[in-house]
Amino acid sequence: MAAPGFLPRPYLQHLLAALTAAGYLCLGPKVRDGAIVYEELGSADDLPRGVHDHQQPGAYRLHRDESPRCFSWANGPQALKPLLFAPREILWTSAAGSDGGITFHPEIPEALPTAVIGVRACDLAALRLQDQHFLEGPSPDPHYGVRRRNLFLVAVHCTHPAATCFCASTGDGPRAESGFDLALAELDEGFVVTAGSPKGEALLGQLPLEALDPVQQATADGEIVAAAQAQQRALPSRNLRDGLFANLHHPRWDDVAQRCLSCTNCTSVCPTCFCHAEMEEPALDGLSSTHYRQWDSCFTEGHSAIHGIVIRADTRLRYRQWLTHKLGSWHDQYGRSGCVGCGRCIAWCPAGIDITAEATAVCGGDHA
Amino acid sequence: MAAAKPRLAVHKFSSCDGCQLAFLNLGEDLLRLAELVEIVHFAEAGPVAPEAAVDIAFVEGSISTPEDEERIQAVRRNSRHLISIGACATAGGLQALRNLADGPGWSAEIYAQPETIHSLATSTPIAAHVPVDLELWGCPVNGRQVLGAVRALLFGVVPALEKDKVCLECKRHQAVCVLVAKGLPCMGPVTLTGCGALCPRFGRDCYACYGPAENPNATALGRRLEGLGLVPEAVARRFLFINNGAPAFAEAGRHWREQRILTPICAEDVPTEDRPDI
Ligand code: SF4
Ligand code: SF4
Ligand code: SF4
Ligand code: SF4
Repeated sequence: MAAPGFLPRPYLQHLLAALTAAGYLCLGPKVRDGAIVYEELGSADDLPRGVHDHQQPGAYRLHRDESPRCFSWANGPQALKPLLFAPREILWTSAAGSDGGITFHPEIPEALPTAVIGVRACDLAALRLQDQHFLEGPSPDPHYGVRRRNLFLVAVHCTHPAATCFCASTGDGPRAESGFDLALAELDEGFVVTAGSPKGEALLGQLPLEALDPVQQATADGEIVAAAQAQQRALPSRNLRDGLFANLHHPRWDDVAQRCLSCTNCTSVCPTCFCHAEMEEPALDGLSSTHYRQWDSCFTEGHSAIHGIVIRADTRLRYRQWLTHKLGSWHDQYGRSGCVGCGRCIAWCPAGIDITAEATAVCGGDHA
Repeated sequence: MAAAKPRLAVHKFSSCDGCQLAFLNLGEDLLRLAELVEIVHFAEAGPVAPEAAVDIAFVEGSISTPEDEERIQAVRRNSRHLISIGACATAGGLQALRNLADGPGWSAEIYAQPETIHSLATSTPIAAHVPVDLELWGCPVNGRQVLGAVRALLFGVVPALEKDKVCLECKRHQAVCVLVAKGLPCMGPVTLTGCGALCPRFGRDCYACYGPAENPNATALGRRLEGLGLVPEAVARRFLFINNGAPAFAEAGRHWREQRILTPICAEDVPTEDRPDI
């Protein structure tokens, strides 16, 4: 792999230009409706220069200062998930034939080659888990797959964790270790650029890079270490499975059910949650129909409805499902916890419920 | 000979007619609908036969006059499937606010000849008077809901209703949460979707026009709204609005009204709004 180089800040546009020339649609962070979201970038000027975030349980605010930096914020509400596992999409359509039979037409989406700039370590870890779920099982998901194969990932090492972040405790950040095509470390004067794949290396070769000064590398590394140390939250252990399942009747589940709105925001913003519902929308004439897949959540009634019975009718059981799956049985399914420490479920919970506090309260001391 | 088409009626009770627009705004689908069913009564669209026997009756509006009370019994007798549509028919509508106030007293204060007004002291949903086969909530309901119900009945199956909360639909649209990012008193966490999270997608807070969702935690949302700076009466009004007559909202509204009596309001109690600068 080529040695890292230094991209002076005025040349940032060259990165976008090289990606565009290579045929990629460039998505990156932008401010929209008071949050940082991933949208199409017209130029490097669209990036959120000098924008910083303030996140607390149930609250998110942005502010701006004179900093030249474009990535000095922690993740907003979106992850890579909505780009790959679409919130709603058509799986197939069907039509009644003149012979009385039904014909089915699969709807595999056309995916444009897409580069995402600014991906954080926690989201790369989440992507790894979503890849396992959607692609590595016995029946790979063609919808997810076609989008995934068209993705070019430009990671940015995180130097500005929010109060809600805890990726250091889950072992998923703040440094992007792998899973990217290019990685950037942002300094005031520019970016340390590292390639992480042959595709990334080819692109790196087209950038007007300068030799990397060891002081710049040391400064960049120091900021990432400081970002890990600055994190205020942690899960009590990387494997809480036994602790959770030993405490299925803990009074804390009743307590959190009093506060939880069963609103699905946590699972929707969680970059690893993958649950979906399917529905049929017949045309009025009854001769054709469209079959949709859309995001679902263990906080809905439909998630546990089976032929007239709802297994998890109340919030206590729904919240318990979220935690025991995410931090518990995920270990059996995918060999690790389903939490990458991004903190989104804490900031974007309208009730300000903190997964680290709930898990700690339920597991108490016995989470070996 | 072709089988007779199912007969359909659209009845209006105490309402603004907005839900009937769900039919009138269908465009081409309205013509297609007219091919599939025989529309025997729909005064706003033309056909008038209020006493006709039908297979499917859509009922808009609440029961708020003695005449409504009698007429809904006849509609029920004449209809195989009765579907109430909209907040008025399912929860009593905005006009059910009078159930919480001195309705006759207000009439006497406002109208020169209140004795010419023949209304009941309450406005109540259709299901409080006759058995209802299906309720389509919303203020107003939309074409997708009514067509979905007709299509399912034509197939001979029970219509599938959306049950998710506005929040889930809001996230499916990737709208930025206005409660979390702007501190607005959004009702999405307790409200049934069906609108496609219309308000949050345009940067404003949901005001619960589709009524309570399943498993709503109105107590916890009320506390959160109070935490955002709303005084108890303002919290009560978030619940006592379009769907004030829906039991979950009526109860939450009553609870927060009682808090008003316990906690006197003074200016210092109201935190200044935490406005984002971007
Ligand atoms: S559980 Fe919460 S903190 Fe963990 S990955 Fe999901 S959203 Fe992020
Ligand atoms: S935590 Fe809930 S929504 Fe997320 S993947 Fe598990 S069951 Fe599905
Ligand atoms: S934990 Fe928070 S975000 Fe999740 S369902 Fe409960 S209230 Fe909603
Ligand atoms: S804006 Fe309202 S509806 Fe949307 S997620 Fe936030 S609270 Fe829910």
